[in-house]
Amino acid sequence: MGAAHGGALTARYMPGGTAVHRLEPHVKLVSVLAFALVVVATPVHAPWAPVAYAGYLLAVLTAATVAGVGPGRLLRGLVVEIPFAAFAVLLPFVAGGPQVEVLGLSLSRSGLAAGGGLLAKATLSVLAATVLAATTEPRALLRGLERLRLPQVLVQILMFMIRYADVVGGELHRMRVARESRGFTGGGLRGLRVLGATAGALFVRSYERGERVHLAMLSRGYTGSVPTGPPAPVAPRSWAVALSLPLAAAAVLAAGMLAG
Amino acid sequence: MSAPPPSLLVEDLAFAYPDGHQALFGVDLRVERGERVALLGPNGAGKTTLVLHLNGILRAGRGSVTVAGLPVEKRSLQEIRRRVGVVFQDPDDQLFMPTVGEDVAFGPRNLGLPEPEVADRVAAALAQVRMSDAADRPPHHLSFGQRRRVAVATVLAMQPEIVVLDEPSSNLDPAGRRELAEVLAELPVTLLMITHDLPYAAQLCPRSVILDGGVVVADEPTPEVLSDARLLADHRLELPYGFSPAG
Ligand SMILES: Nc1ncnc2c1ncn2[C@@H]1O[C@H](COP(=O)(O)OP(=O)(O)OP(=O)(O)O)[C@@H](O)[C@H]1O
Ligand SMILES: [Mg+2]
Repeated sequence: MGAAHGGALTARYMPGGTAVHRLEPHVKLVSVLAFALVVVATPVHAPWAPVAYAGYLLAVLTAATVAGVGPGRLLRGLVVEIPFAAFAVLLPFVAGGPQVEVLGLSLSRSGLAAGGGLLAKATLSVLAATVLAATTEPRALLRGLERLRLPQVLVQILMFMIRYADVVGGELHRMRVARESRGFTGGGLRGLRVLGATAGALFVRSYERGERVHLAMLSRGYTGSVPTGPPAPVAPRSWAVALSLPLAAAAVLAAGMLAG
Repeated sequence: MSAPPPSLLVEDLAFAYPDGHQALFGVDLRVERGERVALLGPNGAGKTTLVLHLNGILRAGRGSVTVAGLPVEKRSLQEIRRRVGVVFQDPDDQLFMPTVGEDVAFGPRNLGLPEPEVADRVAAALAQVRMSDAADRPPHHLSFGQRRRVAVATVLAMQPEIVVLDEPSSNLDPAGRRELAEVLAELPVTLLMITHDLPYAAQLCPRSVILDGGVVVADEPTPEVLSDARLLADHRLELPYGFSPAG
């Protein structure tokens, strides 16, 4: 059956054996979250903020280098940021307060700082998340979330998303092939109607599959929770390695606060 | 004490779906321990409906199902689902965990077994279906035939009293079909196999039961069922071209 090998979700993962790959997933999650918190906590209007951003950037690029995540992969990770970027670029034009002249345009000084800060913070956080996604398999991430006590229901939903993304994707693909094999080209109002019908059929099929999966789970004694194996113990060294990223960022922040 | 109770005893089982469609009209079936029985019948005969009663997914409208002496009831469900291992038709429905090993472990962990025993059972079940190498792979990276065999392993890990397979040879290529047959032939368990593949029934099951219109219409040794052209034709069963039941 046509489930593509690899699939959409696993495409983000780059197999490897670097020190970052070997870290336990929940340790990496904590590290990235802590890094993002430090980045977000940086006051945008402080005069030393740009220096701090540069320091964070250095820290996250160092982590990417250790993890063997190249510039191309990092740039592709940044694609998710585009909507934020558009918003950030607008800010200097729409915000009030003192104005500055840049290339003949009159821009808001605070809008510039806010927009720039937003962009910098988003970029840094996304870069850290990209390193995480590139070095951790989706299912390992899931186990990490579970160890961090994310509610079972959410973990199970995410687990089924990962498991069935390819199955549903394959179904969608087969439906498209079947449509086009009978001369459908899309476009126009009729095209939209056909796509609407496809979406409906996909929903019904997925719903029915959900019912069948649930039956199969009940048949093997499912009572509401998905039991997982015993968690592997985490070496203190892992925490030390992983937390070096947010700690470096926190040091930059502290230095800025003291100096400013 | 006398002989052990039959692995499966179905008595006068009748059932109608909530929409009013009556699918079973009084089914009787007795399967002794260690027997291998093929369940034949045309599309819509009620075979899958019967299977869903065997592990208590559907509740009997009338009549009863007993597994190794234990009646299927609400309070016995957990034990019944351990005793009856159902392998569903689409392995993508059956394999929902991120890796093959975790999927096979799902059942034993639901039984609350200690972790070393879970590991032993996973290893043994995967070895029985010749899929030991796949323990760490995600199910969707396997071929359809491999997924079908892993689905069999997921129920073997429960050490069931009886294994029930819904159309195990469907969608398999000839090699996958043969590999599965080799695996099934070696399993030391009671087997109830739904199939439209009559040669498969002849190869694996000494006894065949035909279900049609929600009742059992024949229950005989497989060679006799397959050589009764009249019986087969009456119930929309056909041997493939060139196949001779005498073997
Ligand atoms: N959920 C349902 N609701 C109402 N009727 C159903 C439902 N599922 C099955 N039926 C009906 O019950 C009858 C028996 O269906 P069942 O699926 O048990 O047949 P089957 O012998 O397994 O057929 P097949 O060989 O096609 O798998 C059919 O007439 C079918 O239309
Ligand atoms: Mg069926």
